[in-house]
Amino acid sequence: MTAITSLAPAAPRPHGLARLSPAPGLLAGLAWLAAALFTAAWPDRQDVDRSLTLAALQVLGAGWLIAATLLGNAVPRLGIWSRSVAAWAVLLAVLVSFWQLVTAKLDLLPLPFFASPQALLEVYTDDWARLGDSLLHSVLLLAKGYLIGAAIGFATGVSVGWSRAVGYWVHPVLRLIGPLPATAWIPLAFFVFPSSGSASIFLIALATSFPVTVLTWSGVASVSGAYYDVARTLGASQRFLIFKVAIPAALPHVFVGLFMGLGASFSVLVVAEMLGVKSGLGWYLQWAQGWAAYASMYAALLVMAAMCTTLITLLFRLRDRTLAWQKGLVKW
Amino acid sequence: MDPRFLNISNVSIRFAPRAPNVLQSVSLDVARGEFVAIIGHSGCGKSTLLNIVAGLLQATGGGVVLDGREVDEPGPDRAVVFQNHSLLPWLTCRENVRLAVDQVFSRSKSRAERARWVDETLALVRMEHAADKKPGEISGGMKQRIGIARALAMQPKVLLLDEPFGALDALTRAHLQDQVMQIHARLGTTVLMITHDVDEAVLLSDRIVMMTNGPEAEIGEILTVDLPRPRDRLALAQDPRFLAARAGVMEFLYARHRNPADAA
Repeated sequence: MTAITSLAPAAPRPHGLARLSPAPGLLAGLAWLAAALFTAAWPDRQDVDRSLTLAALQVLGAGWLIAATLLGNAVPRLGIWSRSVAAWAVLLAVLVSFWQLVTAKLDLLPLPFFASPQALLEVYTDDWARLGDSLLHSVLLLAKGYLIGAAIGFATGVSVGWSRAVGYWVHPVLRLIGPLPATAWIPLAFFVFPSSGSASIFLIALATSFPVTVLTWSGVASVSGAYYDVARTLGASQRFLIFKVAIPAALPHVFVGLFMGLGASFSVLVVAEMLGVKSGLGWYLQWAQGWAAYASMYAALLVMAAMCTTLITLLFRLRDRTLAWQKGLVKW
Repeated sequence: MDPRFLNISNVSIRFAPRAPNVLQSVSLDVARGEFVAIIGHSGCGKSTLLNIVAGLLQATGGGVVLDGREVDEPGPDRAVVFQNHSLLPWLTCRENVRLAVDQVFSRSKSRAERARWVDETLALVRMEHAADKKPGEISGGMKQRIGIARALAMQPKVLLLDEPFGALDALTRAHLQDQVMQIHARLGTTVLMITHDVDEAVLLSDRIVMMTNGPEAEIGEILTVDLPRPRDRLALAQDPRFLAARAGVMEFLYARHRNPADAA
């Protein structure tokens, strides 16, 4: 025991991680404190209600940055995090202060087109119920359409890639219909389908399924023949070849298709909500524009951006788990 | 001992209707438990012959009978170890072996028995430590050992090795050759191995089949390697019988049937 303890103090950081300097994290925290002081102390020229709330949030942010930095030695993940976001945090503090300066503080930009940070915050504090409801409806609508479209696209892609007969019949249809933007179907879809909701699901599914089909198909078609040879010498059945060889080998392509399909589904979702569906973030945007509530629009755009990037992040997480065997994956 | 356990008779193959035959009337009988190496220059069609035995290619003429049953499609009674890309990269080493075991023993062994059998075969090639790694994370030599483990796990009637050590460095190759010899001695598996390495052929096999250059390649000569087993590569290096066999193969390959690429 003594031999071990006598060795231990020589290497307090056995993993060899260099001690992170706390300076950047603390500096970022101070920048946020300064921004909070600016928000609270400098008198507003515009008529805004939420300066103190904003300042409080900025103090919270500053506190979090400082705490993460100070805890960084004990919890390496926190230290690495605070170090990596420090520069961006400083920039954000400066940008938000500048934004306030030209809007709330000095009233240099014309209202209502240029909303202040306080006005955006007010949208979140006062209209969160409607925004949240819109977000929920958007996510639900998107999920239904996307999952249906992805499933259909995947099944079609596998069958076209696997079976020559299916390919013969489906390929021409795919070539004719696939490149047509899903939004071109909007007038027809809203007319044919019983409700705008079902029409939107159809449109989102359509937009999703095309890239998923094509990439799944190309994935299945490009599986190395060597894998099939290996599997066949194990006595593999057709079923085995499809489910244990073709599909796993095609998954890298499939994920590219799912990614492209997700992008396409976002745009169809927003257009569908603006044109027919009476809920969701697209509808909220449209509604806010009708009332010239520009702050609400900005607030909704921010929520929408967060939604889209979160969904794409989730897709990438799923891919990283599924395709751990593949090398050189792009990080989202 | 059945001298015609694996019976290749008059096998010819061509890849297009008017093209010349790649293989011309190849006939070979392999006894149960025998280790036969097929050697020849690149492009002579030795891998084609192996693929016909595996059932991956259909002979244009002639046929292959294994243990009384004609070969017409790939099957687990003929396990193949390819030169590379033998493993499915999205599965771990254990899963690669388990895939084969589940395929072959789904009815005859219980789940637990199959799991134990997978571990036993991995132990046979001393790869237990890498069982849960993906093929991308281990070396080429380790991958070939997993490939061999998977082939052996199927308890095939004949083990087909298609230049299994061709892509490995000399030390790893020697190590794996020794392992294959031990396994062959222990299990008595019938082995048909393609190689272009003369020492490897002499060291491992009971008979060496030498192929002439293609097209229309055929068996030029068969040399019986009359060396006692177990064989030790160090002792053999000085053994006149080893040297004679080696000289015989070299003479065939480099004097009588030189590589067409060099002759030109």
